[in-house]
Amino acid sequence: MASRRSANWWTLWGLLILLWALFPLLWMVSLSFKDPGTFRGSTPQFFPEEWTWKNYDTVFSDSLFTSALRNSAGIALIATGLSVIVAMFAAYAIARLDFPGKRLILTVALAIAMFPQAALVGPLFNMWRGLGIYDTWIGLIIPYLTFALPLSIWTMSAFFRQIPWEMEQAAQVDGATAWQAFRKVIVPLAAPGVFTTAILTFFFCWNEFLLAISLTSTDKARTVPAALSFFTGASQFESPITAIMAASVVVTIPIVILVLAFQRRIVAGLTTGAVKG
Amino acid sequence: MTATVETAPPPVEAPQKAKYSERTQHERRLGLLLSAPAFIVMVVITAYPLAYAVVMSTYRYRLTDPEGKEFVGLANYLTVLTDPIWWGAFGTTAIITLFSVAIELVLGFAFAWVMYRIIRGRGFIRTGILIPYGIITVVSAYIWRYAFQLDSGFVNQWFGLGDFNWFGQRWSSLFVITFSEIWKTTPFISLLLLAGLVQIPGELMEAAVVDGATPSQRLWKVILPNMKAAIMVALLFRTLDAWRIFDNPFIMTAGANDTETLSFLAYRQNVTLVNLGAGSAVSVLLFFTVVIIAFVFIKGFKTDLSQVRGD
Repeated sequence: MASRRSANWWTLWGLLILLWALFPLLWMVSLSFKDPGTFRGSTPQFFPEEWTWKNYDTVFSDSLFTSALRNSAGIALIATGLSVIVAMFAAYAIARLDFPGKRLILTVALAIAMFPQAALVGPLFNMWRGLGIYDTWIGLIIPYLTFALPLSIWTMSAFFRQIPWEMEQAAQVDGATAWQAFRKVIVPLAAPGVFTTAILTFFFCWNEFLLAISLTSTDKARTVPAALSFFTGASQFESPITAIMAASVVVTIPIVILVLAFQRRIVAGLTTGAVKG
Repeated sequence: MTATVETAPPPVEAPQKAKYSERTQHERRLGLLLSAPAFIVMVVITAYPLAYAVVMSTYRYRLTDPEGKEFVGLANYLTVLTDPIWWGAFGTTAIITLFSVAIELVLGFAFAWVMYRIIRGRGFIRTGILIPYGIITVVSAYIWRYAFQLDSGFVNQWFGLGDFNWFGQRWSSLFVITFSEIWKTTPFISLLLLAGLVQIPGELMEAAVVDGATPSQRLWKVILPNMKAAIMVALLFRTLDAWRIFDNPFIMTAGANDTETLSFLAYRQNVTLVNLGAGSAVSVLLFFTVVIIAFVFIKGFKTDLSQVRGD
C-alpha cells in the first residue's frame, strides 16, 4: 500500500517535470496562432482570442525564411554527414586499434569541445573573406564539421567498444582483410551507433547561431537561427513576434519528430559518450 | 597529459616473429591513417585561426581603415584589460555562469532522482525533457523573451506583477537570460547525473538503509560521493558551456543594461565594429579564460576525464 502511494508521488513529480519541459512549447504554439495586428495589449492573455493561420502564411511567403530553411537543412545535413564519416574512421581506430597518438587525438577532441567558438569569429570572418567563402554553405560547413567532430568521435567510439569484435576476427580468420572485415561485418553492427551520433550532430548544426550570424550576410547561406534574429514580420507596421513564433514552430517540428522517434537512442548517445567509458 | 603514456614502439622482433611485427606495423599505420583526417580538421580549423588572432591582436587594425594598420605590440591587451567594458562583460558572464550552473546542478539532480525512482512513465519524461535539449537556443530565447515581455507576455498577468518591465534593468534582465539558459540545459545535466546514479551499486544503497542511515545521510554519505566523477564532468562541461553564452543575451536584450557577455563582446568587436585588432585581443583573452577554467577543474578539482575521453 505504502509503496503504491510513493509510486504515485513519483509519477506526480514526473508530470511536473513534463509540464516544465513542454509548457513553453504550448506558449510558442499559442503565440504563433495569435493575430499579429491585435494580440498586444495591456493585459495579454496566454491563449489567442481568435486563432489564425496568418503568421504561417507570412513566414512561408517570406523568402528570408524559406531560403533559411533550405540553407539550414542543407548545411546541417552535409556537415552532419561529413562529420559522421570522418569521425567514424577515427572512432573505429580508437576503439579497436593500437596506434601511437591515440591519447593525443582524444585529448585534442576534448580541447575542441571546450574551445570558445567566439574566439574564432574574428579570424574566420577575415580569412573567409580572403578565401572567398564568406557567406557560402562551405564557409559554415567547415567550422561546423570541426566543432561537431569531438561529440561524434566520443559517442561513436563508446558505441564501437560495445560491438562483439570476435565477429571481425572470425571474418579475418576466414580470409577477409582488415578493411573487408570492417566494411562487411562491423559497419552493419555499428550502424545504430552511427545513426545516433548523426542525430546528436544534426541537433548541434541545426542549433548553431554564433558562427551563422558571423559568417553570413545574405540569404545565400543564412541559416534559420540567424534569419530569425533578422526577422521583421509582414510589414514594418506589424509586430514580428507572432511570425517569429510561427517560424519557430516550423523549425521545432523536426526536433520533436526525431525526439519522439529515437528517444532511447538519443539518451544512450548522450550518456554513453559522456560518462561511461 | 598528451605524450606521456603513448604506446612504446614494438621491440625489435626476432626473425621468427617477423609476421607478428608486420601485423602490429599494419595496425599502427591503419590507426594513424583512419584518425588523421579528424585530427587534421580539428587542429587546422582551430589552431590556425587562433594563431592568426594572436598575430592580429598585436596590430591596430580596423577593416574600415585598412591604411591605418600598424603594429602596436601588446597595446590592444592593455586597452582591453583597462576598459570597464571588458570587466563588465566578464562580471556578467560570471554571474550567469555561477547561477545557471548552481541551479542546474540542484534541479538536474532532482530530475535525475525522479527519473531514477519513477516506475510508470519514465520513457515519457525522458522524451519530454529531450525537447528543451534539442530545441534551437534562439527559439528558446524568443519563447521566454515574449513570455516575460510587457506587451506580449503572460508572466506579469499570472504573477500579479502589473507593469514591471523585466528588461528595464540589469538584474531582472540577467534573471530572464539565466532562466532561459536553465530551462534549455537542465535536461542535459540531468541525463548525465542519471547515468552516474544508475552506476551506484544497489547493495550500497540497501546496506545504507539496513544500517539505519537517514535519507540525508544516504544522500551525502553514499549517493553523492559515489557520483563524484559524473558530477564533476557534468559541472566542467556545463560551466564552460555557460561561460561561452551568446545566443540568449543576443536575442533577449542585445546587450542592453549591461548584459553583454564575453562571447558577445568578441562578436561585436570583430564582426559588428570590424575592429579586428582589439577584437582579436578579446578573442585571445576569452580563450585564456576558458583554458584557466578547464585547468582549475582538471588539476584543481581533479576532475577525472579519462572516462570522458574514453581511455
